[in-house]
Amino acid sequence: MLQRIRTAPPRYWLVVVVVLFFAGFPTVISSFQAGQWALALILAIAIMGLNILVGYSGQLSLGHGAFMAFGAYASAILAHRYKMDYLVTIPIAGLLTGMVGFLFGVPALRLSALYLALATFALAVVMPSLIKRPVGLTGGVQGISLPPVVVPQLAKDGFTMLTGSAMTSDQWVYYVTFAYALVLFWLAWNLVRHRAGRAMRAIRDGEVAAAASGINISGYKTLAFGISALYAGIAGSLLGLATGYISPDTFPVSLSIQLLVGAVVGGLASIPGPLLGGIFAYFLPIESNQWVPTQTWIPSQIVATVVKAGPAVTYGVVLILLMIFAPNGIVGLATAGYNRLRRRLRGAADRESGHMPPDPQTV
Amino acid sequence: MQEFLQQIVSGIASGGIFASLALALVLIYNAMGLVNFAQGEMAMLATFIAFTLVDHGVSYWIAFPVTLVVAFAGGILVQRIVIRPVERAPILTLVIVTLGLATLVNGVAGFIFGYVPRSFPSPFSAQTVNLLGAFVSYRDLGVIGVSTVVLLLIYLLLQRTTIGLTMRAAAHHPEASRLLGVHVSWMLALGWGLASAVGAVSGIMVYAFAAAVLGGIESPLGAVVGGLIVGVTVNLAGAYIPFVGGDLQLAVALAIIIAVLVIKPNGLFGRPSVRRV
Repeated sequence: MLQRIRTAPPRYWLVVVVVLFFAGFPTVISSFQAGQWALALILAIAIMGLNILVGYSGQLSLGHGAFMAFGAYASAILAHRYKMDYLVTIPIAGLLTGMVGFLFGVPALRLSALYLALATFALAVVMPSLIKRPVGLTGGVQGISLPPVVVPQLAKDGFTMLTGSAMTSDQWVYYVTFAYALVLFWLAWNLVRHRAGRAMRAIRDGEVAAAASGINISGYKTLAFGISALYAGIAGSLLGLATGYISPDTFPVSLSIQLLVGAVVGGLASIPGPLLGGIFAYFLPIESNQWVPTQTWIPSQIVATVVKAGPAVTYGVVLILLMIFAPNGIVGLATAGYNRLRRRLRGAADRESGHMPPDPQTV
Repeated sequence: MQEFLQQIVSGIASGGIFASLALALVLIYNAMGLVNFAQGEMAMLATFIAFTLVDHGVSYWIAFPVTLVVAFAGGILVQRIVIRPVERAPILTLVIVTLGLATLVNGVAGFIFGYVPRSFPSPFSAQTVNLLGAFVSYRDLGVIGVSTVVLLLIYLLLQRTTIGLTMRAAAHHPEASRLLGVHVSWMLALGWGLASAVGAVSGIMVYAFAAAVLGGIESPLGAVVGGLIVGVTVNLAGAYIPFVGGDLQLAVALAIIIAVLVIKPNGLFGRPSVRRV
């Protein structure tokens, strides 16, 4: 055990540091900020789902907001109408959404990337009006208000014992989200390193070759859709917990776009990518508003317009620039930088010791 | 019966609009095998330009061609600046870039023109005329007329002129066309310009997708027929199926998309695609 810890590669230490950071820092920031970070983590979970679908299995979805909506409404209806404990409904909502995603994956099998993008995009566009229709079930335009979050006594006591302060409901929501994020990221990490993940990547990189190697193409493609929807469903359900109120307008088309932006910005087909992407996708619209100058001589009307248009413009520009200059996102940039640094360091060490690295071209 | 006829006629009117946007999608698809997700936004921006011109007292019949020229130039500009660097990238990259473009154009339009919806003055009067027992407004007739003319011109350009032939060749066989002296990159840019000029005639995205998919995404004729079918179907469903009503017409379009994809993925006029292994 000790031996394993001593020889662990540096990225494992990075994981430990990141996990400890996310576990500890809500105790030092305000309760409101903890709530914000919970929302960022929720986006990260949904983006992880999208990443499994787009990054690893190579199927494009522009409609993951619709799956989030499904998960959120599944939870809300179970909690509101059937008086279930909201925490219990979260995994149920995830599984239900996963099944719906699996079913949606079946017709999706027939489609090439482009058609799939169209079909899922249409799904995202239609979802809000579909939700509005069964008023008795979904509350129509009004949406569903959820009962206020109650922090369990055990969590309260434990938190007080560790930090000496009382736990707010925002902090509780944060830790619930954090726990889900931890488990789901760990599962995703295992998934992509093992049989199913390898099969998905093989399909992404060459469907014909994968089929020739005996991989069940349609099975793994629909499986990817199902798993991906499960992640989105849990994220949607957690979103309901965090905001306490959901309506059709909580899940506009732009949410789906936001998820895709996050996935791309963080870096597709990587495990840390969705975390960075979630943070980016949540905080960019908020922060970009604060860059707007608020001098009094600027008419408030103009400021208001800039505030409203700012996030969309920033999103668009960032998305286009990234696709042109860094198609592998932040993680891709970081990996490339790290590799270059390591090569340079190793080169310097080799020169000092007089040892020449083998020329890769002659090997 | 008269009510039914009425619904069909107004269905055809909106179908004409869907058809021209679907045609824009098809043109882009033929010009570079890509669906432009920013088409709707670019059309909106063009509409706002036309609106501003008309608002400043320019006659509609001058504003209209001016807007088309601006949209055409805008389409070419966008292709040269944004699309060209990723021309050879995988389809995922291209789709994401056009999505980024959609968000960007939407934001810019909101920034310049604000978020308040405005009503667009129509050059045709809202008066109705009795046609075969159904009442049709001159406005609808005008829309259908303009769409028909535009569609016809585009069709002639692509199928009957040298430049149309070169454009199609550049899209289908870039290497061979380049060897034969076709300026492939500019032909693609031209396709973009053309598509955004056609898209400028109208608006509304999902219906256009439905129309293009129904007709077969490679077929200009299919886009037109698909547009009309979608227009009529959506209108009839809205009027006669109580569950659908006014606000679930979009869902009908989605149902059409999914049904076509499951039952006949190549659409009504598309050829089955053959893949070389």
